[in-house]
Order: sequence, then structure tokens, then C-alpha cells
Amino acid sequence: MRQRICAAIICGLLASIANAAGKGPEKEQLKLGFIKLTDMAPLAIAYEKGFFEDEGLYVTLEPQANWKVILDRVITGELDGAHMLAGQPLGASVGIGTKADIVTAFSMDLNGNAITVSNEVWELMKGGIAKDAQGKPSHPIPASALKPALEKFKNAGKPFKMAMVFPVSTHNYELRYWLAAGGISPGFYSPNDVTGQTRADILISVTPPPQMPATLEAGTINGYSVGEPWNQQAIFKGVGVPVITDYEIWKNNPEKVFGVTKAFADKYPRTHVALVKALTRAAIWLDDKNGANRKEAAQILSRPEYVGADYRVIANSMTGTFEYGRGDKRALPDFNVFFKYHANYPYYSDAVWYLTQMRRWGQIPESKPDNWYFETAKKVYRPELFAEAAKELIAEKKASAADFDLASDGFRAPTKDFIDGVEYDGRKPNAYIEKLALGLKGQQKIEGGNVVGK
Amino acid sequence: MSSASNAKTQAPALTAVTNPAAESATPPKPVPRAEAKAWFPRVNAGIDAVIRVLSLIGLGFLKPLVAMFRGEDPRIHMRQLWLDLGAPILAVAAFLFVWSQVSQGIQTSLGQIPGPTAVWEQSKALWADHLVQREKAAAFYERQEQRNAEKLAEDPAAEVTLRKYTGKPSYIDQIFTSLKTVFAGFLLATIIAVPLGILCGASKTFNSMFNPLIQVFKPVSPLAWLPIVTMVVSAVYVTADPMFEKSFINSAITVTLCSLWTTVINTAVGVASIDKDLLNVAKVLQLKKSTQLTKLVLPSALPYIFTGMRLSLGVGWMVLIAAEMLAQNPGLGKFVWDEFQNGSSESLSRIMVAVFTIGIIGFLLDRVMLTLQNTFTYGNTR
Repeated sequence: MRQRICAAIICGLLASIANAAGKGPEKEQLKLGFIKLTDMAPLAIAYEKGFFEDEGLYVTLEPQANWKVILDRVITGELDGAHMLAGQPLGASVGIGTKADIVTAFSMDLNGNAITVSNEVWELMKGGIAKDAQGKPSHPIPASALKPALEKFKNAGKPFKMAMVFPVSTHNYELRYWLAAGGISPGFYSPNDVTGQTRADILISVTPPPQMPATLEAGTINGYSVGEPWNQQAIFKGVGVPVITDYEIWKNNPEKVFGVTKAFADKYPRTHVALVKALTRAAIWLDDKNGANRKEAAQILSRPEYVGADYRVIANSMTGTFEYGRGDKRALPDFNVFFKYHANYPYYSDAVWYLTQMRRWGQIPESKPDNWYFETAKKVYRPELFAEAAKELIAEKKASAADFDLASDGFRAPTKDFIDGVEYDGRKPNAYIEKLALGLKGQQKIEGGNVVGK
Repeated sequence: MSSASNAKTQAPALTAVTNPAAESATPPKPVPRAEAKAWFPRVNAGIDAVIRVLSLIGLGFLKPLVAMFRGEDPRIHMRQLWLDLGAPILAVAAFLFVWSQVSQGIQTSLGQIPGPTAVWEQSKALWADHLVQREKAAAFYERQEQRNAEKLAEDPAAEVTLRKYTGKPSYIDQIFTSLKTVFAGFLLATIIAVPLGILCGASKTFNSMFNPLIQVFKPVSPLAWLPIVTMVVSAVYVTADPMFEKSFINSAITVTLCSLWTTVINTAVGVASIDKDLLNVAKVLQLKKSTQLTKLVLPSALPYIFTGMRLSLGVGWMVLIAAEMLAQNPGLGKFVWDEFQNGSSESLSRIMVAVFTIGIIGFLLDRVMLTLQNTFTYGNTR
């Protein structure tokens, strides 16, 4: 009798757990937006491999024209969620550009960007770059190699222009970090200069990713910072040469995130977790078996409804290599990381890094205390939701507990893996800003085109 | 169409069909019936009917063939056939030749400009992709039904719904989305424009009131309207479960705003130019205003209204592509934009396929409107 009661109790408990975990999503039919970049892969894979359907979600994926459109359509609710730049939810929360409450519980990937210059600029900078044993340019190439080109442009009275994809994009901060590390000023933002060109040696402006190669070819810009496949595309089209990847600027830097509005996250918590589960499974698939699935992934991404560029262009960077200059293909196994190194965990420290860069270049015009950085990060980044999804996947035996950093307090260990070797500790944002070579520090701000204050 | 059979009873002779609006460019040579070898009067009557239908639906260039089949004088008809069929075919062939020659010489960063063969290959590929998408959709529904069945087996009270296919729209789907959008916009434009036009045509005061507005708004490009439309729609159209996609409404309203004006102007002119004698007769007979409108004004203005609508639809179709590109409404415009963004080696050929599709559909829409115009105005044109 006792046994039977015990069994009944256990059964009941199991059933209630199953009920809690198996409760279906509140909203099943969803439309998600993306930009034609290889790092949208988790979305395409989750769709093609049926991971969304496994979670009871009926998802439509829709390419969008540019990052501004993606953000606006998520805010208006035309899209339920989207592939976003890590800086977008933070920028929206701080009020740089459109102000809105966007949250993220899933970081989509690490690395994946590069900086490309036009053939003309490459010819001018080639002479100043050290050669390795085989006579190839040795990497990483510092931004100081650009100086002869800048000199020549200045003497000819031409502005030197580079493009990135969005004011709060990773690409913008990476490009600025690289230039500043090489002693070149990328310019400051201020409330009176939203183009970010105050005191700039190089004028940086916005161009949507897929238009980068065409704009470079037209001569409107002299270089750009963008995600794949648009750097490899420059080589195939013969219009430019990628000089450095973001892996070399900051090893394993966090990249895109999956963003939804706070209203969506509050109203449909189960749907949100289901989405994160499906995306995590896609990320696992992408990095599984040491990248054995990457060829198939590149095939899928080359379809016109996803990235749509030619397979060989996409495969060039997705299958563990990167081509710098025509024929100069080098191994870069971690150029695209989708799951390894806890890529999907939305660390507060990642958010804080973006906020420090916003402050450094004047998008956040006033000094903020350390606490403000933590509070803003916690408002936008939701590791607890990611942990919930991960735990369900582990319980369903779709993932192994060893792959997740679930004991984390949300901060990565301090790292010096930057091109200039400056250590970053997410727990000390203001101290970090002080250490950086160029940029606003302490109480400094831009007034009348000059840096004032201390 | 019932109108075709309607016309048959009214006009049995070939010559009676020639409608000035329909075939003004190529007036068919009336052939006296006596000259034709009339073996079988019945066959003859049938052929007459065929010819009538052909000219009604805008395939008038086939008339000489039919007439020759009947055994009418080949010399006259050969000339007509050359003008209607031979010369255009020759021009198209010449165009294809020049295109394939020129395209070989232009290298873009996406490779060579595609020639006719590359474009033909891509149109086949797009069709094949459509079939693949259909299969995928079928598999999707199957999986869903299975999942729903499992859900019901577990819990008979569970609510199950059949979700629409979530895959990408194929090229054919995109064509239909575009057609749906343009017709929605056009319908809305007509509903607004015709009454407005009648008002402007019937009253001089109204005309001078609206004229400046019409003249100012008429030349505005869709690209200027779209941001405003987008903002207004997202502010006003707020529902939990929208019946239409916002992008669809944005593009449709943009089409309306751009295509409205020609119909308004044409309707106004049509109504204003009604025969004054008719109005005087109406006064003498003391007809009611509403009767005047339905029995006199509308019938006499109908050819003008249709011409206006035809032009409007043409403008709407042209505007739609631009609107879809910007509003990201999943139609042909978005297809062109996405392919441009893809930048693959096949993108240019695919865009070229879209260019021809847009052109051919535009032409067919014009023919459809022409047919409607002929059907409704035939016999009513006093």
C-alpha cells in the first residue's frame, strides 16, 4: 500500500514537472527578421532542422532591408523578434536613436566581422606592413599601416571615408577600437554631432551590409567594417582587400543577439524560452563535431531566401578559413563561433563593454557611475531566461550540462585578448575607460567641437 | 464571359465588332460577306464569334489568321498579318539578338550581364523552386497534422489550430502578393476617385475647389508618400490580431495615393463633357437627379472613367514595385531588392526575370482593363 502511495506521489510530481516544462508557447505563429549575414545562421538552422517546430513554434523568417528597419519593425510589433546587433537593444534602452525597451536572452555568436579596404588604399598601405617568412603580410595588421594612405588623401584634399553598418553596431566599435589602437582618431559623437565625425582623421558613416561591396566599388567609401560574407565578397568581386578580422581585434568578442521587445518577453514568457531553446539547439548543431556541419550550413545559407550569396563566398569564412587578399587563405577556425566558449550566454560583462565604448566615443555624452552600467546591462540582458532554456534542454537530453556556464554570476573573467593588450574587467567599467588610449574619460565631454573637462 | 455571348446576339457581323477604342491602331479591312466562300453558314457564324471574342480580349492580331482560315482573300490578310504579328516578332528577335551581343561585353562585379539564355535558365529555376516550396509546404502540413493528432491523443480537450505554411514565398507566390496588393490599392483608388470625379465634373464649384489639390498631389512620387503612410498606418492600425499585414496595407495605400488622380481627372472630364441636349431632355422630362446620374451621366462618362482607370492601374503597378521595395511587402519589389542584396552570381539574371515578369503582367493588366472597357461600354456609347 505504501509503495503504491509513493508511486502515486512520484507519478503526480513527475506529471506536474512535465506539465510545467511541457506547457506550450502562448503565441505559436511568429515572424522573425534578419539581415543577410552569415551570423543569422542559428535562425536558418533552427527553421530548416525543425527545431522551432519541435518547440511548437511556427516561425516565418523574413530578410529586412537594414538595421534601422529591423529595430523599428520589432518595436512596432510587425516582427516578433529579430537578429540584432548587440549594441541595438542597449542603444535603444539608453536612448541612442530610437528609445525602446528591447531585451535579449540569447547571444547569437562570437566574432564574424572584418575590416576591408579598397584596392587603392591597400596598395598605399602594403609597403609599411611587415612580412612573414613566406613573404605574406604578417597579421594582425595594425591600423597605423593606414597612415601613408591617410597622408596621401590629405595632401590631395580628399576625405578618407569608411563605412560601418549602424551607429551602435559592433562593427562601429571594432573599427574605432582598431583605428584608435593604431593612433588614428575615428571621431567623437556628441549631442550636436550624431554622425560621430568630430575631430576625426577618418570619416565613418553608415551603409547597409549588403551594399558595402557596391559602395566600395563606386568609390563612395575607401573601406568598411562589416560581417560576413561581405568581406569575402570584396575579394571575389576584386573590389577590396580584408585587412583584419575582429577575432584579431578582440578574440572571441560577442556579436549579434536575438532581441525581442520587453512587452513581448513579459506577455509570452513560454514562447520566449521556446525560441531560445530552438536557437540554442541550432547553435549546438552549427558547432557540433568540430564544425562538420558547417558545409551544410553554408549550403543552406546560400539559398536566396537566407543570405543568398554564392556558396563558395559563404563557405570561405564559415568553414574555418578566411581569405585575406586574393589567394591568401589562412586557417581561422574560430572566425565564426556559434556555441563554443559559452557564446550564447548573455553576459552582463558583454553588455557593459558595449556601454563603455558608447561612453568612450561620446554616444553617452556624460560620465556615468559604475552602477549605472550594471543596471543598464541587467535591464537588457536576461541570462536567467537563457539558463531556464538551457536547463530544459539538459532535462530533455538535447544538450549536456557541461557545455553551459550556468553557475556564472553574469560576468566573464577579465581578459587581455585585445589588439592593444588592455585588460577588460566588466566589473570595473570606469577604470577600463581610463586605461584606453583615445576617447572620452572621466568627466570629459564634447563642447564646440573640442574635448573639454577632466 | 457573359458579355461575349451578349455581344454575339447583338452583332452577328464581323464588321460590327470594330470598336474604335479596341482596335484603333489596326482597323481590320471589312470583307464583304459575299466574297467569302461560305460553305457552311454555321461554321461561318462560329468563326465570326471567335473573331469577336479575339478582338474583345485584345488578341485582335489573330483575326487575319482566322479570316484566312475561312478562305477570305489572302493578300489583304497577309499584309495585316505581317503588321500585326510578323513585324513585332521580328523586332523581338532583333532585340534578343542585340541583347545577347551587348550583354557579353559588359562585366560587372557580379559577373557578366546575363543574356537571354541565362535569364531563361533562371526563370526555369524559379519555377522549379516554386515546386520545391510546394512540396515543402505539403510536408509542413503533414508534420503539423501529425503533431496536432498527438496533442489531441494526449489531451482530447487541447486546442489545436492549423497554422499556415511558414516557409519562404516562392516567386509565383510573390507575383500573386503583388497582384493582390495592386488590386487592393486600385480598388480603393477607384472607390474614392469615381465619386470625387463625378462631383468635380458635375459642379464647377467643386472642380475649382479640388483642382489645385489634385494638381499638387498628382506628381508626388510613391517614395515620398511611403514614410508618411508607414507612420500613419502604424499609429492608426493597431489590433491584436490584424487581418492584413501592415506592409500590405502600407503598399496598398501608397498605390492608392499615386494612382487616384488620373481616374479623378478622367471622370471629371467625362462627366463635364456630357451632351447638353441630353441634359435638356432630362430637364424637360423632369427626371430625378438620381435617375439622371444612372441613366445619363454615368453611361456617357463610362468610356472616360474606364480610360482613367486603365491609366490608374498602369500607374499603380509601376508604383507598387517601388513601394514594395521600401515597405518590405513580400511581393515582386521585395524579390528584386532581396536579390540585389544577395549579390550572388545568379542575382542579375533573377532580377532580369523579375523585370520581364513586371513588364508582361503590366501589359496583361492593361489588356484586362481594355477588355472590361470594351465589354461595358460596347453599345452604350450612344
